[in-house]
Amino acid sequence: MTLDEKTRTKIGFTIAAWLVGLLIFFPILWTVLTSFKTEAQAIASPPLFLGFDWTLENYFEVQERSNYFRHFANSVVISVGSTVLGLLIAIPAAWAMAFVPRKRTKDVLMWMLSTKMLPPVGVLIPIYLLFRDTGLLDTLTGLVLVLTLINLPIIIWMLYTYFKEIPGEILEAARMDGATLWSEIVHVLTPMAVPGIASTLLLNVILAWNEAFWTLNLTAATAAPLTAFIASYSSPEGLFYAKLSAASTMAIAPILIMGWFSQKQLVRGLTFGAVK
Amino acid sequence: MGSIHLQNVTKKFDETEVIPPLDLDINEGEFVVFVGPSGCGKSTLLRMIAGLEDLTSGKIEIDGQDVSAVPPAKRGLAMVFQSYALYPHMSVRKNIAFPLKMAGMDQAEIDRKVDGAAKVLNLDAYIDRRPGQLSGGQRQRVAIGRAIVREPKAFLFDEPLSNLDAALRVNMRLEISELHQTLSTTMVYVTHDQVEAMTMADKIVVLRAGVIEQVGSPLELYHRPANLFVAGFIGSPKMNFVRGAEATKRNAHTIGVRPEHLSVSRESGMLKGKVGVAEHLGSDTFIHVAVEGSDLITVRTEGEIDLKHGDTVYLSAEEDRIYRFAEDGRTIQ
Repeated sequence: MTLDEKTRTKIGFTIAAWLVGLLIFFPILWTVLTSFKTEAQAIASPPLFLGFDWTLENYFEVQERSNYFRHFANSVVISVGSTVLGLLIAIPAAWAMAFVPRKRTKDVLMWMLSTKMLPPVGVLIPIYLLFRDTGLLDTLTGLVLVLTLINLPIIIWMLYTYFKEIPGEILEAARMDGATLWSEIVHVLTPMAVPGIASTLLLNVILAWNEAFWTLNLTAATAAPLTAFIASYSSPEGLFYAKLSAASTMAIAPILIMGWFSQKQLVRGLTFGAVK
Repeated sequence: MGSIHLQNVTKKFDETEVIPPLDLDINEGEFVVFVGPSGCGKSTLLRMIAGLEDLTSGKIEIDGQDVSAVPPAKRGLAMVFQSYALYPHMSVRKNIAFPLKMAGMDQAEIDRKVDGAAKVLNLDAYIDRRPGQLSGGQRQRVAIGRAIVREPKAFLFDEPLSNLDAALRVNMRLEISELHQTLSTTMVYVTHDQVEAMTMADKIVVLRAGVIEQVGSPLELYHRPANLFVAGFIGSPKMNFVRGAEATKRNAHTIGVRPEHLSVSRESGMLKGKVGVAEHLGSDTFIHVAVEGSDLITVRTEGEIDLKHGDTVYLSAEEDRIYRFAEDGRTIQ
């Protein structure tokens, strides 16, 4: 049986897509597999793929040695807190830029984006000192604040592109109907932008959940989220790959599950405006 | 309630002057249509009345009160947009109720008014649907419903029928005229369609490049156009213009004759030409005649007429049906 060229190309692309997908997914898969090995099997050479004695020992030990749930709770507070605060600031900001643009609006947007290009370590010392002097070090409030500021440009940009898609006439109609600015944003703009706001929210929760630079540098014990929990297993006493993997798996599982269920929304959010 | 006065109103976008100083009086209860080619500033003018565009200078008064700096919500006007601008996430009921809710009216009163408007506009059957589930005509009715429940001082319509198909447009045109008869509220209506203007208006304002070319009743504009532009814009098919000897003979730069005032003869007449295309509408026939030294001339004759492509014909008009225009376009009386 011979395949026509179209089918062959399709099969070729499908195989390529699977290969790239597996390549990207492999480190996560390996982490998950390693978390079920013993420490000895974890460093065995040649590496063991599936043929090892599966054990849950690492998970029990990790939970015994450190309080997973406290770190988990911190992660939730930090990511949700910074997202909600970020949205509260970004919705009015994006509204202004999308619907009442001024001469400099584009410049402001570009400037905000440019702050994302600055290496965070460049402002670590000033922020650390500010946090120390204001008592924000190792507090959830401090982390919520810093992550809000870090992700704000992205939230504003995403919402801005969403809002740009909403016909201005509808907001004008609301104005004619007697809506104040506040009711215009609450009753008309926000409900219409729900899909956009939802994907912005999801993406930001993920970004904040995974953020490691600030969360590691600005916390010690009290406010440490899951990133610090993982880092604590790459300890000076030697590497415990299996336990590190178990900790990592526990840390990424919630966000992985959330990402899986919301992937449609996420993809839509990331490609919004680009693909119609 | 519902008189609008524009005094020396101007609008600039950056350095471009869209509306040069303009004065206009719209009386209570009048149906005023702004008409003109696209880009003539008619929508901008409407949006300035609505408060959606700021004035660069000048003054707008509604019922004698200066509203130039008053936000749209407080001007007491209602607007129907070209795109309908319905709230897509709300049902028809909620769309219509929105302005009342914003006004802080109590729920029982809102329900009563919404039901009333829905009945008037034949929307009862769709009251719980979302705009996405409605046809163009139904959406337009919802937009009108949302406007009438507020009992505004005046209605503003921004090309409300241009997204509808031809048949529906005629129906909605009648419905809006009917609504004006019933409510007797001032209506300001923007369109580029002179047929809409002629059929609906008490008063037509013809605009070109932000300048008012003429204001008058539909028949005034038809019978006594102030200039060449108005003469060419009002009437369908449009007025024929002829320059050259025939014009000079009448002491004019250009003469104009409406297609319905021309008669066709095979023997003799004012202008000689060859028949191009004849459009048979049943009730009327439009004959396009190529006349030497002039643009294509359109003749409208009643009923059917037996003319073929290439036939030589003579066109003539009664002298008092011929409009004369000076070189600057003004009508010579």
